[in-house]
Amino acid sequence: MRRRGHLGTEADRATFRALHQASLASPALREGLTADSAERAIKHLRTLLGTPALALTDTASTLAWDGSGGHHEPQAGALAAMLLAPTGPEPTRGWTRTVEPEQLPCSTAGCAVRTGVISPLVVDGRVIGTVQAYAATITAGLVRATEEVAQWVSGQLELAELDASRNRAMEAEVQALRAQISPHFIYNSLGAIASFVRTDPDRARELLLEFADFTRYSFRRHGEFTTLAEELRSIERYLLLEQARFGDRLQVTLNVAPEVLPVVVPFLCIQPLVENAVRHGLEASDPAKGAGHLRIVAHDRGHECVVEVEDNGVGEDPEKVRRALAGDAALDSVGLGNVDARLRATFGDDYGLVVETAPGAGTKVIVRVPKFAPGVTV
Amino acid sequence: MNADAVPGLVAVLAVTVTTIAIGTWGLRFSRTTSDFFVASRTVNPRLNASAIGGEYLSAASFLGVAGLLLVGGAEMLWYPVGWTAGYLVLLVLVAAPLRRSGAYTLPDFAEARLGSTVVRSACSLLVVGVGWLYLLPQFQGAGLTLESAIGAPRWVGPLIVGVVVLVNVMSGGMRSITFVQAFQYWLKLTALLVPAMVLLVVWLDDGRPGSPSGSDGAWSVPVAGEGAIGLYTTYSLIIALFLGTMGLPHVVVRFYTNPDGRAARRTTLVVLGLLGLFYVWPPVFAALGRVYGRELVAEGHADVLVLELPRLMMSGLGGELLTGLVTAGAFAAFLSTASGLAIAVSGVITQDVTSRFVGERGPTASVAAAFRLAAVIAVSVPVLVALLSTNIGVARSVALAFAVAASTFCPLLMLGIWWRRLTDAGALAGLAAGGLGAGGAAVLNLVGVEGSGWGAALLAQPAAWSMPLAFATMVLVSLATPSRAPSHARRFLVRLHTPEVLEQAG
Repeated sequence: MRRRGHLGTEADRATFRALHQASLASPALREGLTADSAERAIKHLRTLLGTPALALTDTASTLAWDGSGGHHEPQAGALAAMLLAPTGPEPTRGWTRTVEPEQLPCSTAGCAVRTGVISPLVVDGRVIGTVQAYAATITAGLVRATEEVAQWVSGQLELAELDASRNRAMEAEVQALRAQISPHFIYNSLGAIASFVRTDPDRARELLLEFADFTRYSFRRHGEFTTLAEELRSIERYLLLEQARFGDRLQVTLNVAPEVLPVVVPFLCIQPLVENAVRHGLEASDPAKGAGHLRIVAHDRGHECVVEVEDNGVGEDPEKVRRALAGDAALDSVGLGNVDARLRATFGDDYGLVVETAPGAGTKVIVRVPKFAPGVTV
Repeated sequence: MNADAVPGLVAVLAVTVTTIAIGTWGLRFSRTTSDFFVASRTVNPRLNASAIGGEYLSAASFLGVAGLLLVGGAEMLWYPVGWTAGYLVLLVLVAAPLRRSGAYTLPDFAEARLGSTVVRSACSLLVVGVGWLYLLPQFQGAGLTLESAIGAPRWVGPLIVGVVVLVNVMSGGMRSITFVQAFQYWLKLTALLVPAMVLLVVWLDDGRPGSPSGSDGAWSVPVAGEGAIGLYTTYSLIIALFLGTMGLPHVVVRFYTNPDGRAARRTTLVVLGLLGLFYVWPPVFAALGRVYGRELVAEGHADVLVLELPRLMMSGLGGELLTGLVTAGAFAAFLSTASGLAIAVSGVITQDVTSRFVGERGPTASVAAAFRLAAVIAVSVPVLVALLSTNIGVARSVALAFAVAASTFCPLLMLGIWWRRLTDAGALAGLAAGGLGAGGAAVLNLVGVEGSGWGAALLAQPAAWSMPLAFATMVLVSLATPSRAPSHARRFLVRLHTPEVLEQAG
C-alpha cells in the first residue's frame, strides 16, 4: 500500500507536471488564436517545453513571445509569413522545420536564441499559425516535443473553432427567425389593408389573402432549402403588400429567366435582401425626389444562376456594408450578414454576397447560386 | 462565289439576325408588378420539349439522314428511329429520377449518387470526350453546307463556323435561352416540311415517276448486307442510338429546367412526338432523291441532298426560295447544336479545369475569364480535328459519339438510378472499360484505321460489345467492393423514385 501523498516515480511526476501545465494553457486556447489568448497561454506552453524562448504566431506576424531574446520577436512573425506564404515551397507548408543561426541574425552577445524549431498549427486542414521554440542548440527531443505541443494546441484551437461555429449556427438560427418577418411589416400591412376595406373591399380581400400566403411561407418550419420560384413568389406577395402601402412611390421591375426558377436556394435568402432594399433604399429616401425604383433580375449563367436586387435609394457607406457582412450585429442590416453567412455555409466561400453601393448611389446586391451543390435539395 | 449563293447567304443572315433578336427580346422581357405571377411561372413542358428538339436536331439529322438513306437504303432508317427511340428509354427509365436527383450535369449526378469526386472527374472527362466527338461532325456538316451554299472551299466552313459558334458562346448569345432553342426547332421543322410538301406536289405533277434504276430490292431491306456481320452492325447501331441519348451532355442540362420529375416525363413525351414529326421528312427527301438526285450519289455528295434537291427539281424563283429555306434550316441545325454542345463542354471545363488556373482576381472576373478560356478550348479542338481528319460522314461520326455515351453514361445512369449496390470503384471501373473500349474504337476510326470483316465491324460499331462490357464491369467490381457503397444510397434512391405528389402529401 502506497503512502498517501506520494506522487509516484519521477517519470510519473513529470507527466503530472506536463498535464497540469497543459490544463493551465487550455482555457485561453479554447477562445481561439488571438494576441490576447496567445499571451495568456504562452508561458504555460514554454514551461511545458522548457526552452529559453517560445513564440506563437499567426500566418503573418508574432502574436506572443515568452522568455529571453525578446528582440527576436519580429523575426518570428517574418519566418512564419515566409514559410506559410502561398508562394512558399509547397512541401514545407504544414511540416515542422528547423531554423539555422543564419536565419536569426543577432548582435547581442550571449543571446540564447540561436536556433529554433517551427511547427505549424493546423485547424480543419488549414495552417493558421505556428509554434516556434528557440534554444542555443536544438535537439531531436526538442523537435519532437515542439511538434507534439503544436498538435495539442491545434486540437484545442479546433475545439475553439467548433464552439465558435456552434455559436454562429445558433445566432444564425435566431437571426433567421427574426429576419423572416418583421413586426413593422405586419403592422404596416394590416394598416394598409384596413385603409382599403371601405373604399375597395375586393382589393382588401385579395391583399388579405396575399398576406395569409406570405405569412404561411415565412412561418414554415420544415426544410432548410426552397426553390427560387417559391422564394420569388413570396417576394411578389411581399411587394404587393408594400405597394398597397406605398402606392406609386414604389415601382418594381422583375426580369426573371424562367430557366433558373427550379434552382435550389437556402430558405429566405433573397426575401431579406428585397426587404432591405425597400426599407433602406426607399423609406429613407426623400419622397419629393420621386419614385423609388426596385429591380429584381435573375439570369441563367450556365452552371450558375445570378440574382440581382437593385434599388435607387440613398445607398450606404461601403465600410458599413463590409462590417454588416462580417457579422457586426450593431448595424441595422441584419438580413445582409445572415444571408451572406448562410450562402457561404451552404455553397462555400466563393458564393458570398456581392454588394455594390455608395452614399447617394443606390444599392445593388448580387447573389450567385450554383445550380447543383452536393447535399442541397428541397 | 456565284449567283447561286444569294439565297443561301440571305438565309444564313436571316437565321443569325432572328436568333439574336429573340435572344435579346427574351432577355429584356421584363414585367411590372401588375403581372407578377407570370414571372415566376416555370417553363412549361411543351416549350421545353421544343427547346430540347431545337438543341438535339443537329446537322446529322437535318442533312445526314437523307443522304444516308439515299445511298444506304432502308437500313439507314435505324438512325432516325434510334435518335427518337432514345427518348423512349429516357422517358421510361431516366427522365424523372434524374430530375429529382437535382443534378444539373452528368458529373453532378455522379457526385450526388456516389459521393466521389474521382468519379465526378472521370465523368467530366467523358462529357468533354463525347461533346468533342459530337461537335466534330457538326463542324464537318457546316463545312459541307457552306461549300454547297456559297461554293467556299471545304476547309473554310469549319473555320468560319467555329468562329461564329465561339463568338456566339462567349457573348452569351445563346446561353440555353429556352425561347431561342424552341424557335430553332420550329425553324428546322418548317425548313424541311415546306420544301418536302412542295417537292411532293412537283413529283405528283411529274406523273409520280419511280426510281430510274428500278431494282429496289437491296435498298429496301432494313438490315445491312454481309450476313452475320451486317446483322451485328445493325444491332450495334440500334444499341448505341437507343441508349446513347441519355448521355448527351447538352440534352441532360435541359432537363434541369423542368420544375419536377413529372414535368420532366411530360417534356420527354412531347419530345418524342416532336422528333417523330421531324424525322418523317428526311426519308421523303431521300425517296425523291432516288428519283431526281442520282448524280449526287455518283459524285459522292449525298450529304448535301437536302440542300440541292429543290434546285434539281424546280427551276426559277421557287427553287431559289426553297433552297434558301433549307439552307436556313441547316444553318440553324448546326448553330443550335454546336452552341449547345460547346456551352456544355465549356461549362465542364470551366468547373473542373480552367477555374483552377485562372487566378484569384475576385470571383466575378475570374469566372468570366475561365469560361472564355474554356470556350476557346472546347471549340478549337474539334475544329482542328475536323480540318485534319478525313471526312468519315456526318451521321457515322455522330453514331460514334452515341456509342461512347451508351457505353459510359448509360450504365452509370441505369445502375445509379436502379441499383442500390453500385459503388464508386465499380462506377469508375465501368466508365474506364466502356470509355476506353468505345472511345478507343472512335479514335481509331478518326485516324482512319480500317480492318476487314469482323474487325472492321467491331471497330466501326463498338456499342454492342463495349456497352455490355461496361455494364458487366460496373456490376462485378461493385459486387467485389460492397464496403464502398455510399451510406446514403438507399435514402437517395427513395428520393429519386418518390413521385412529387406523395412528397407533398407527406
